[in-house]
Amino acid sequence: MTTQRIPVVEKILSANDRLAEQNRARLDAARVLGINLLASPGAGKTSLIVRTIQALSPQLKIAVIEGDTAPVTIDADKVSAAGAAAVQVNTGGECHLDAVMVANAFNALTLDGLDLLIVENVGNLICPAAFALGTHLNVLVASVPEGADKPYKYPGIYRGLDALILNKIDLLPYVDFDLDYFRRGVEILNPGLSFFPLSCRTGEGVEAWMEWLQKQAAHHRFSADGSASTVGK
Amino acid sequence: MHELAVTQSVLEIALRHAAPAGAVRITDVYLVIGQLSSIVDDSVQFYWDAISENTAAQGARLHFRRVPAELRCWDCNHRYSPNGEDLACPACGGLRVQVVAGDEFRVEAIDIEPVAAPAGEPP
Repeated sequence: MTTQRIPVVEKILSANDRLAEQNRARLDAARVLGINLLASPGAGKTSLIVRTIQALSPQLKIAVIEGDTAPVTIDADKVSAAGAAAVQVNTGGECHLDAVMVANAFNALTLDGLDLLIVENVGNLICPAAFALGTHLNVLVASVPEGADKPYKYPGIYRGLDALILNKIDLLPYVDFDLDYFRRGVEILNPGLSFFPLSCRTGEGVEAWMEWLQKQAAHHRFSADGSASTVGK
Repeated sequence: MHELAVTQSVLEIALRHAAPAGAVRITDVYLVIGQLSSIVDDSVQFYWDAISENTAAQGARLHFRRVPAELRCWDCNHRYSPNGEDLACPACGGLRVQVVAGDEFRVEAIDIEPVAAPAGEPP
């Protein structure tokens, strides 16, 4: 039986990318800045979100999509208690959020009137890097106890970042964390990346992060075309 | 990582391109995977055998072409393959680098049987 070669040349995750573009269009139509918040488990994503809501919610209307692999609402409850709308997404054991899950979560939210939508991805430094959600900015929360070698071990996720937070800097005196080595690994993957060392526990350094985020939200709201940046970011 | 989701996408892409070509069967699927894209071939093959059952792609062979990572130094233009964890340019020590290859993650082509085999012909 003779076979015939059919050229395809299609990105394997192109279906996800297409849906991410639709998500982006929905955010842009509502003039909402979308943040994809990435981290390994326990780095402090939820602590940062709660801090951010507490600091910015008078000026910015914020909603949060909470991605979790297990059907627990611990994080969503904390976010609701801090005063923001929260939608819980259970990935059913999947290691990452994808554009379909985020599209479904949009339906449970009122995007109009929001300024900022934070999507808390599943704690994982590998898989979320491959799945675009349609958000505008990728922000990673690294933390001191994880160790300084993470940019070297997970280059994929560090390459696609728009901002990097180093949380738990109050632990620096107690932990062997080589900040120069960490910065060097980041710099080579993502030169000039906005970097915010801070402690969600003590509040040290959080001010600079809040200012940056407010600036991003304002820029997004007033830019005529919020779709200037690319979905793959 | 998420080999099931990846395999489902590969199947969807293969079936979508096979139908307009009049395929009765997909015999081979050619994937191009860069070194920087983490995926386990055996795991994809395992899921493939399970989810392609009762589709035109049942029994199709998956071919993985791996593309090594290649970086280019912005400072001295040197092209090199990264060695271990250090990504810095081996020629000038430069830290500003660009990924030239190794990012690939795509379905390159499929082989199909375009018409039904005549009765009696061995498969």
